[in-house]
Amino acid sequence: MSSKFRLQSGGEINRSEAISFKFNGKTFFGYKGDTLASALLANGIHLVGRSFKYHRPRGFLGSGSEEPNAIVQVYKDEAKKEPNVRATEIEIFEGLEAKSQNCWPSVNFDFGEINNLFSPIIPAGFYYKTFMWPAKFWKKYEYFIRKSAGLGISATQRDPDLYDHKYYHCEVLIVGSGPAGLAAALIAAKTEKKVLLVDEKPEIGGSLIGSNDNVIRINNDTPKDWIKKTYLELLKNKNVQILNRTSVASYHNYNYLIMVQNLTDHLNENDKKNKIRQRLWKVRAKKVILATGSIERTMIFDCNDRPGIMLSSAVRKYLNHYAVKCGNNAIIFANNDDAYETALSLHSKGVKIKAIIDIREESNGDLVKKCTDLGLKIMWKHSVVSTGGHKKIDKVFVMKLSADNNSVVGDKIKINCDLLCVSGGYTPAVHLFTQSGGKLSFDEKKFYFYPVKTTLNQISIGSCSGIFNLKKIIQDSNLKVNDFLKTEIKNEIIVSDYNSGNFKNIWLLPSDKVTGKTKSFVDFQNDSTANDIKLALREGFKSIEHVKRYTTTGMATDQGKISNMHALGIISEITKTKMGELGTTTFRPPYTPLTFGALVGRNVKQFFDITRETPMHSWHKKKGAKFEDVGQWKRAWYYPVNNENMHDAVQRESKAARNNAGILDASTLGKIDIQGRDANEFLNRIYTNAWSKLDIGKCRYGLMLNEDGMVYDDGVTTRLGENHYIMTTTTGGAATVMNKLEDYLQTEWPELKVFLTSVTDHFATVSVCGPNSKKILEKIVKNINFEDQKFPHMSFKDGIIDNIKCRVMRISFTGELSYEINIQANYGKAVWEKCMDAGKEFKITPYGTEAMHLLRAEKGFVIVGQETDGTITPVDLQMDWIVSKKKYDFIGKRSLYRSDTMKDGRKQMVGLLTTDPNEILEEGAQIVAEVKKKPPMNMLGHVTSSYYSPNLKKSIALALVKNGKNLKGKKLYVPMQNKIIEVIVSDSVFLDKEGNKLNA
Amino acid sequence: MFIIKCPYCGERDHTEFSYGGEAHIVRPKQPTELSDDQWAEYLFMRKNIKGLQYERWNHSHGCRQWFNVARDTSNDKIHLIYKMGENPPK
Repeated sequence: MSSKFRLQSGGEINRSEAISFKFNGKTFFGYKGDTLASALLANGIHLVGRSFKYHRPRGFLGSGSEEPNAIVQVYKDEAKKEPNVRATEIEIFEGLEAKSQNCWPSVNFDFGEINNLFSPIIPAGFYYKTFMWPAKFWKKYEYFIRKSAGLGISATQRDPDLYDHKYYHCEVLIVGSGPAGLAAALIAAKTEKKVLLVDEKPEIGGSLIGSNDNVIRINNDTPKDWIKKTYLELLKNKNVQILNRTSVASYHNYNYLIMVQNLTDHLNENDKKNKIRQRLWKVRAKKVILATGSIERTMIFDCNDRPGIMLSSAVRKYLNHYAVKCGNNAIIFANNDDAYETALSLHSKGVKIKAIIDIREESNGDLVKKCTDLGLKIMWKHSVVSTGGHKKIDKVFVMKLSADNNSVVGDKIKINCDLLCVSGGYTPAVHLFTQSGGKLSFDEKKFYFYPVKTTLNQISIGSCSGIFNLKKIIQDSNLKVNDFLKTEIKNEIIVSDYNSGNFKNIWLLPSDKVTGKTKSFVDFQNDSTANDIKLALREGFKSIEHVKRYTTTGMATDQGKISNMHALGIISEITKTKMGELGTTTFRPPYTPLTFGALVGRNVKQFFDITRETPMHSWHKKKGAKFEDVGQWKRAWYYPVNNENMHDAVQRESKAARNNAGILDASTLGKIDIQGRDANEFLNRIYTNAWSKLDIGKCRYGLMLNEDGMVYDDGVTTRLGENHYIMTTTTGGAATVMNKLEDYLQTEWPELKVFLTSVTDHFATVSVCGPNSKKILEKIVKNINFEDQKFPHMSFKDGIIDNIKCRVMRISFTGELSYEINIQANYGKAVWEKCMDAGKEFKITPYGTEAMHLLRAEKGFVIVGQETDGTITPVDLQMDWIVSKKKYDFIGKRSLYRSDTMKDGRKQMVGLLTTDPNEILEEGAQIVAEVKKKPPMNMLGHVTSSYYSPNLKKSIALALVKNGKNLKGKKLYVPMQNKIIEVIVSDSVFLDKEGNKLNA
Repeated sequence: MFIIKCPYCGERDHTEFSYGGEAHIVRPKQPTELSDDQWAEYLFMRKNIKGLQYERWNHSHGCRQWFNVARDTSNDKIHLIYKMGENPPK
């Protein structure tokens, strides 16, 4: 089971546990501890994907979350396949199946590669420019463009995995477990504070993972021994919790961080069973220590994207941590000393170092000296100008840099190789810092952005703060953390030290080819090149934000972790603007992609949203009612009988309510109990009509406005006692009305002694209407005299049903004789059933919200939110009668006298009758006075409610029409897609204008 | 994503609260005596400051009490929380 590129010994993999997995259908072997990337590399596989636009062969560039190329499809089944997963982060397990993306029919023979030949004619903005005309062809283009865009394929079935959410509070959160993070954790552990240390990788250690044992010693131990000892040391402290495989997705204000912990992706299928896949942590930390490290940069030269061209630090990690050689004949291409650690590692493991190409003139660093002593060939002040090899690098071309570094001179030297390790220096990973609102500054000498200012209780330590030397990192972290935690803990960590030479930066390396003939990739994943950036600048894009969007640089799933700095650098060089002045694009959450499952957690299916059911819900359900969502409430919509359709059911229910008796579940109406010395005065101020003379035991309909004069809510309020009222609101408005009333009481009129209690859920409301309703109520509520004189319309009585107290209101929303029984919610269903039994002989019929809407429309009663939309005053509704002229003030009164609310030509509510009584208008349809052949036409308003009235045997509608008050009897038109409907403006009360039915 | 210290309940996540706009806008005692312009000033005009702003918050998923907050809108830092009816700090 040995793999060609696996070293005979060493590494942190478990050689006793071999694992088989499939990649592109072929079976491979790796060891426990391998990532998909390291296992494939051990098998000599570099080609893992095709690039986004040109379909160029791509291989592994990095070894962690920064990887732009090696994103694969993890395939389980239709429900669990996952696109765009970084192969460098997938820990292999028995049965893993993955495949390449963005290639067809296979990664080795990809049809789309033809794009590469056409690449000179598909530069940045190609799609914008080409597919713009003729405009009507867009729909045809779109299909093909959408098909060719995007990388992986998402699942098509419900995700069967479990995801969890967890809230967590800690005193110190340390993000990153590299040398800085571990130093900080050792100090924090010695305090009494509750500490959480997180790292995105499966193991702690950060940049020390895979470092060269011969170069670095910590407390006289090898780095991995020191990491192990430190880990055990930390575990001894009960105040410390360590989470690995946990990536901080976002860092918000007030030290609120969202993290995703991967719990089972690395386990084999059997061990995954019944376990939570991922947990989303919502963390509030008193103090945050960012030790997020840094990301190695590539360098920008022609054909810098071939498989086998890798980041130097990644090659080192594959070698030392996974015991995998990424090649046998390596070339190092560097601008700093760190790459020499890779050279030394490779050399010691038998990889031939063909050359070290360094763009610097010299370096006096210790590692460089070691390489020289070993006889490794170093080519100073040289640059790689191009590379060769189709699916894997096989040669590089090297030339000498000119004195000013702006061009290359001399002979072009060809060197054969199978691995090119590139090291362009390091970029501090400041993503989380900037997400938290921190400000960056650019160091014009060291060529990186570093954190300077934060308003949060937070520090950045280690290489994310711009320190790269290990000894300095430890010293600086100890100092900063002690200062931050206000401690003086001695944290002795002795690091073997070596001198490093200076780092030299050239954003875009010169080439011997003319501009336009090179393919120097800046963003590997989105396939944007240095030439694309130049083109964008030539075409007039100046802002970095515009260049980014035009070229799509930094907009792939890696969010420019590798590419952003080079893009900025190239723009800065061409426009001759300082990087610091150019600024940087915004790093947005999440730092690495996260699953929808983690975001949603357990809030799926029945837990997606709260649903509210009335006490009678089960009865409605049993009777086959269809339900309608009103806010969170489930309301019975209609009750189909014998396979009736909705229209037939509503017609039958509406007729029954007018001819015999109807029963409606009105429990969802908002109910607010109002008590206190000044309750009466309070109602006077919030309703438009007068309330001072309402007698105890009487009910009154009220309209509530916003301060801007627009209708806000309506409902009936009953005076139960001297200082005691019960107010009803619309179903949807209950919470907002309550808030509004509280607002006025607490902030505008604190002198009023009034107490509000929401009692919506405390009472069930059964509304019985129709000519037979009185007879039904008489059978049930024996203690009330229902004679009209004793119990007139708009009054209330205390009732008793089977020894249970209830309130009976005689109020009507249908225009029929009507009673509402309000009883403690638990008895709602019993009372409902009692009404049904008692009403049997009177043909009682349950009706739903749709019939209720129809019945009230016959009477021209408005529904707030249907006839009104926040721009309608009571005057617009032609409800002037409810607006008190005598009251000095009420909410919204002054606004009714504004020039705008008083002007002519406002929309007013009217009735509409269609010339053809069987033609039903569509709600929302536009109304015009004059029909033109095609739009635009002068629109007068729209239909707000429309029904076929079974009681009037004709179509009726309510509408808001400009100047409608003065249009009664006029003919208007409702133009529809295939016909024009003629309507006559009418009164909005269609049935029983005199109100005789109320006392039927 | 901030934390608000309700003067009645203590520190809570801001998702428990609802925002109520600029503070210290007093409803005129005699609206009928105001001109349209004066009424519009009360009704519509708000400062929308970048920087320190006095605003109203309601502990809507808690004690339902309203109170005032002095918040820097540029970084959401809360400088002061005080009860309704109390005057803003000078």
